[in-house]
Amino acid sequence: MRLQTTPDKMKTSSIVILIAIAAAIGGLLMYSVDFSTYDTIQSAKEKQGKYVHLIAKLDKSKPIQYDALKDPNYLSFYAVDSLGNSAKVVYFNPKPTDLERSERVVLKGRMEGEVFRCDNILLKCPSKYKDEKSVLESNISQY
Amino acid sequence: MEFLNEHLLPGQLGHFFVLLAFVSAIFATIAFFKSHLAKSETESTAWLKLARTVFFIELFSLLTVFAFLYYICANHYYEYLYAYKHSSMELEPKYLLACIWEGQEGSFLLWAMWHAILGTVVILTAKKREALVMTVVNAAQVFLIVMLLGVYVAGTKVGSSPFSLTRNELEGAIFSRPNYLNFIKDGIGLNILLRNYWMVIHPPVLFLGFASTLIPVGFAFSSLVKKDWGKWVQPVLPWALFSGLALGTGIMMGGKWAYESLSFGGYWAWDPVENASFVPWLIAMAGLHCMVIYKSTGRALRASFVFTILAYLFVLYSTFLTRTGVLGDTSVHSFTEAGKMMNILIGIYVLGVTVPMFILFFRSYKQIPAIHKEENISAREFWMFIGSMILFLAGFFIIAVTSLPVYNNVFGINVADPPDREFTYNKVMVLVAIVVGVLTGVGQFLKYKDTTKKYFLSKIVWPIIISAAIYLVIVLFYPLKYAVKGPGFLFAINIALFACIFSVVANFYYIQSVLKWKMKAAGSAITHFGFTLMIAGMIISSGNKEVISDNSKTGLFIPFDKDPTGRNQENPMENLTLLKGVPTEMGKYTVTYVSDSASPTEKTRVFYQVHFVKKGSGEKSVENFSLWPDSYKMKDNNLTSNPDTRHYLTHDVFTYVSTISVQNEEEDTSAFKTNLMHIGDTAYYDNGYIVLNGIEKNPNNDRFQFSDRDTALVADLTAYSKEGTSYKLYPGLSVSNMTITFLDDTSITQNMYVRFSGISNGDEFKIGVKEHKKLTDFIAIKAYVFPYINLVWLGLIIMAAGFLVSLLHRANAPRPLALVSMVVIVGALIFLFLFANA
Repeated sequence: MRLQTTPDKMKTSSIVILIAIAAAIGGLLMYSVDFSTYDTIQSAKEKQGKYVHLIAKLDKSKPIQYDALKDPNYLSFYAVDSLGNSAKVVYFNPKPTDLERSERVVLKGRMEGEVFRCDNILLKCPSKYKDEKSVLESNISQY
Repeated sequence: MEFLNEHLLPGQLGHFFVLLAFVSAIFATIAFFKSHLAKSETESTAWLKLARTVFFIELFSLLTVFAFLYYICANHYYEYLYAYKHSSMELEPKYLLACIWEGQEGSFLLWAMWHAILGTVVILTAKKREALVMTVVNAAQVFLIVMLLGVYVAGTKVGSSPFSLTRNELEGAIFSRPNYLNFIKDGIGLNILLRNYWMVIHPPVLFLGFASTLIPVGFAFSSLVKKDWGKWVQPVLPWALFSGLALGTGIMMGGKWAYESLSFGGYWAWDPVENASFVPWLIAMAGLHCMVIYKSTGRALRASFVFTILAYLFVLYSTFLTRTGVLGDTSVHSFTEAGKMMNILIGIYVLGVTVPMFILFFRSYKQIPAIHKEENISAREFWMFIGSMILFLAGFFIIAVTSLPVYNNVFGINVADPPDREFTYNKVMVLVAIVVGVLTGVGQFLKYKDTTKKYFLSKIVWPIIISAAIYLVIVLFYPLKYAVKGPGFLFAINIALFACIFSVVANFYYIQSVLKWKMKAAGSAITHFGFTLMIAGMIISSGNKEVISDNSKTGLFIPFDKDPTGRNQENPMENLTLLKGVPTEMGKYTVTYVSDSASPTEKTRVFYQVHFVKKGSGEKSVENFSLWPDSYKMKDNNLTSNPDTRHYLTHDVFTYVSTISVQNEEEDTSAFKTNLMHIGDTAYYDNGYIVLNGIEKNPNNDRFQFSDRDTALVADLTAYSKEGTSYKLYPGLSVSNMTITFLDDTSITQNMYVRFSGISNGDEFKIGVKEHKKLTDFIAIKAYVFPYINLVWLGLIIMAAGFLVSLLHRANAPRPLALVSMVVIVGALIFLFLFANA
């Protein structure tokens, strides 16, 4: 006795169809991946509430507000992008240690009004890339 | 110019052996292929002898190169850029190997060494196929060793030598002095994140896995050239199993390393570098299942070819992703921007090995036997094939999402990572886990070609009942709580958990009732048991992972600034500030930051003793331990922190330091500054002002227990800081036996002591204020509890044991050898994963 009685056998072509279905599901899944975008502060402000990646720099002329004693989960600072626009950034996590020394930051999050609410900060620090020639050279010229 | 004190000989010799290895690889490729082409037996044997000799020169050269590289790193010869970049004086000897893996050149060298060592095994075992398999191995070696050459061809530098000199590679004023080496006191050193014993072990195992996927390609090549189509499958099976073992173990060793020394709080984050090693494993496993199908039924031969080649293609593609800097902004692994040349070399490698293979394959496609007869839906091979396809599609999905930066580069678009990267993968992989759980469970009770309903039902009923019972117990007593992603996902992970438990039970039952504990044949059942146990462990440990350093529950949290966006209340504030010496409630624990201490060997590494006490129902503490998370300042001023974990049989308590206070060296010499205040008066301090609200005589409350017989006064003060926060302070004084006792009060957040030092003129009160110039010593920590995480490691070890059983069985290993290798490998894994760091 077979598990399935009629149709008794499965055609190889059915397998191909199955694979096609699987591939279609795969395609749909890919489509469901909610990719984000890289934005400037200006274009992020136009996309209120939408998840974006900001590429910016820390505005060193304005204060960084962080006091781990009072609240280790609150950081705010100002970011400027290459077009010169500026926005206040809030981040509910500890301050990344090298924030002040970073050359560039990638901020992931949403613009809410005039404030960028960030849930991830990627720092591009000169020191992180120790394999980069310029870093090694600056290191060696300290001697 | 003559430079002083340089040690140039080891580098010159090392470079010579790189070149020798390169030339040998070229000659060995040709000689092995000639041996295949030879018309007569004697001619073939002659070529083969020559080829082996050249190959052993290549093997010897690579080992020598490695020895020289180790030598210059161990002796801190900073005239070599490699030693300068990766080694340093303080580096403990055990990490010297890790310092070789850290660099690009060192890891390519490691890979080439494994190719050569596995090639030696091929020579010893592959018999008639040796010449063709070794042709492929050596061709790959040529592409790989090119990357270590560092020679100029027509003005372009090809590859990068591990022996290049610092003064040639870098510009700097000191190089104009003959004695420049006197100025380079120390190297940059090994990244602190890599200073973990897993970093010594896991890259070699992972690269062994990568290297091992080449051998099946060689066997596939041998059949395509010899046109004996399916004959490669039998001898390649042990190799495919070996890939599953080495690559699978290597990946999870990487996970264990991430768990122990990275602070993202877990063993898997779908980081591109992790994905890049996982995808080849998935595809290699799809290939392995197809090979097994072919061996039993004659089906799926073409798929075996395709998956075997694809697995290697994806190993190389992964190398491309992780080594060329194309990932840029998306990976936490800060790898190198290796330059255009590296991209081109890796590109040539990818094309050079896989394109000829695919051409050969598609030219012979029609000749490769395939069974066109219809397949039974009740046949094991049908469902195994579906399973293989699922593994392949899962791998394809992962790599398709991971390749995002590549699309950006190729098509000039600008798309960023999805908002929640982990969930993007998890929501798909949970479906894969469901299918894999069901198929690996059900599949054991299906027979090849055809299964009778009676047999199937009689076998499947107990596993279903038992696993349903186990699942029910879990739901009742320890339900999954991961509701952040909505009820749909919670439902899906519940189904996946059930499917995995079912598979664990079914495979156990299969060993018991069908195999009757004949363990030699139980390899696949053990592997599937281990694999699904591991997945079940992952679902439980991640699904019920608990953040215990939740600041919102402790009352220490003081809101000081109105959050302009309105903080989301569900978002737990996961970092908790601990003041030195102040016990703080954290979940079920009371934690205290006790002390900090510098590491004896590494100057800028500081360990923080954090003491955990868990109170039982009474006042007796039921748990009492200290963790020592650390923070480390690299020479390049990069600050990193390593977590520390308390391991229990049922759970881990995991913590790391997320912020440290910056210490001011200044001594605390300031004295009390006395203010004369009336009730209602204000006095200023550095960060705000204090108001005297009133004076209480002999108060009897939570804080002070005075009675009428005492002579005691307590001042009621409020300090208002510039940030807008306020704090209550109650300094007091009591007089007994003609002596005055001051009961000072402190505000730690304001770094302030207040003292009620007396009364003058009847209604003026002397309030002394002393402010610290030194910042308060504190750390902020993040702490998790990972429940049942040992299931993950245990599952992995069982899976590895299963692969090994199959491998030894398929390779017909003699019994003593089989037993010894089982004991050694499984013993080593048990020690490493469960005991080494406990």
